[in-house]
Amino acid sequence: MTAGIALTDVTVRYGDVVALERATLAVGAGRVCGLVGTNGSGKSTLLKALLGLVRPDGGTVTVAGGSPQAARRRALVAYVPQAEQVDVAFPLDVRGVVEQGRYGHLGPTRRLRPADRDAVEQALARVGLTDLAHRTVVALSGGQRKRAFVARALAQEASVLLLDEPFAGVDRPSQDTISGVLRELADGGACVVVATHDLAGLPELADEAALLAGRRVLVHDTPAVVLRPETLALTFGLGGER
Amino acid sequence: MTGVDLLEPLQYAFMQRALLVAVVAAVVCALLSCWLVLMGWSLMGDAVSHSVLPGVVLAYVVGAPFALGAVVFGVGAVALIGVVRGRGRIREDAAIGVVFTSLFALGLVLVSITPSQVDLGHIVFGNLLGVAAADVLQVLVVGAVVVAALLLKRRDLVLVAFDPTHAHAVGLSPRRLEALLLGLLALTSVVALQAVGVVLVVALLVIPGATARLLTERFSRMLVVAPAISALCALGGVWSSYFLDTASGPSIVVALGIVFAVTFLLAPRHGVLPQVWRRRRARRGGGTGTGAGAVRARARAAPAGRDGPRPRG
Repeated sequence: MTAGIALTDVTVRYGDVVALERATLAVGAGRVCGLVGTNGSGKSTLLKALLGLVRPDGGTVTVAGGSPQAARRRALVAYVPQAEQVDVAFPLDVRGVVEQGRYGHLGPTRRLRPADRDAVEQALARVGLTDLAHRTVVALSGGQRKRAFVARALAQEASVLLLDEPFAGVDRPSQDTISGVLRELADGGACVVVATHDLAGLPELADEAALLAGRRVLVHDTPAVVLRPETLALTFGLGGER
Repeated sequence: MTGVDLLEPLQYAFMQRALLVAVVAAVVCALLSCWLVLMGWSLMGDAVSHSVLPGVVLAYVVGAPFALGAVVFGVGAVALIGVVRGRGRIREDAAIGVVFTSLFALGLVLVSITPSQVDLGHIVFGNLLGVAAADVLQVLVVGAVVVAALLLKRRDLVLVAFDPTHAHAVGLSPRRLEALLLGLLALTSVVALQAVGVVLVVALLVIPGATARLLTERFSRMLVVAPAISALCALGGVWSSYFLDTASGPSIVVALGIVFAVTFLLAPRHGVLPQVWRRRRARRGGGTGTGAGAVRARARAAPAGRDGPRPRG
């Protein structure tokens, strides 16, 4: 497999609490993988391990052909956060947020060059936010806000995209826009990993799916296989809630 | 009062120095306050500004620049707060309270046993009118360093305040940037110490940013509005203290407090009175009114929800 992401037997602990246990998952370039599972099943921790935000207690993590640290130093990993992880009341407009996607490619003062501005405008246009680019983040709907963060990831031009619940609290048109953009990115060679509770939209969104339960990757297969009632029953049988 | 009377303070060198130091301190603190109020770090500003006191006293004693002593103790205080909080049993507000009061008290003890010209009253409440030429130079140099660092790294610092996870993802170090901000906070405390003293430094570090936040929805504008308000209050405070024969440092803070109160009441978008007026107008426009005016009035009166789009107009 080229580029993409790979976790092999990865274990992550927060103090005495095991958040991820011997998780193994590989997603190649050009693929969209949906991470499904109950709250506390380890989805967010898996994304954090890929971002290099948590150091695994065991196992190896590879992102875009290297370590997570090497990948983020080269701005190869883009991350779309959950809404509550960001201070949406911060006095920033949408264009300012999307410009932050370019920071990994800029000098120490992060002054944008014409090419960077073009990338920002293209990203805004792809998510349909050009007309709202002057608005502050707090003045957007939940769906528009999420599109703004997807636009920031687009502007980053990363080869790996990690999204944490991009469809939570998002209206249908925004959901369709985001799904379409992720598909285009994968078709263009990016590796896209999406943690989601939206099981109904999974077959349309993803090429493959990983079911997490009990802090492990229980099944990694096509969305159709993962969404079989008997497979999903395993999740609730093991109980991912903490 | 005639125009000649108003210019009278400028005839005295000590007043010229006081005005210069007050404005520099006000501008530097106001820039920093824009980040502090948005990051929820106002209490950290309080903590660091108090914790630098023992460092300043020791620097006086050994003849070192007091900026050096202040930075060592300011950064040390932040590290201590992290250690106390990091054990898990003590929350951040308690950790801050323990560390800064202890270090501040240590500073007061050091002042009381130090046989020097260090005047406790001057450190605690400032000594604008007694600022020496050498102190002016130090304030200017330290102030210039802080302003330059804040402006050069403003985009990184905004990103860390807004979304530290994305900052991490694009290769920045949120931890280092937060350390930079806290280091600048320690340096800024030194500048403000001269103007208003340790106790009132927190006013310069919080009120301008909080006032600007009520007046604008753009961080870039906050960086202009906050220093402008702060500088005007510094000038007004020192000027009024000359004519009213009041303490100069506290006069600056009182001016800032008045401006904040007026802004809180009257700010066009977020002020209390305009909001009440808009709600009343919406009610008078009739809950059932369908005209453009009534709809616009109701839209303005409705608070912007986290999940609902804010109406145009």
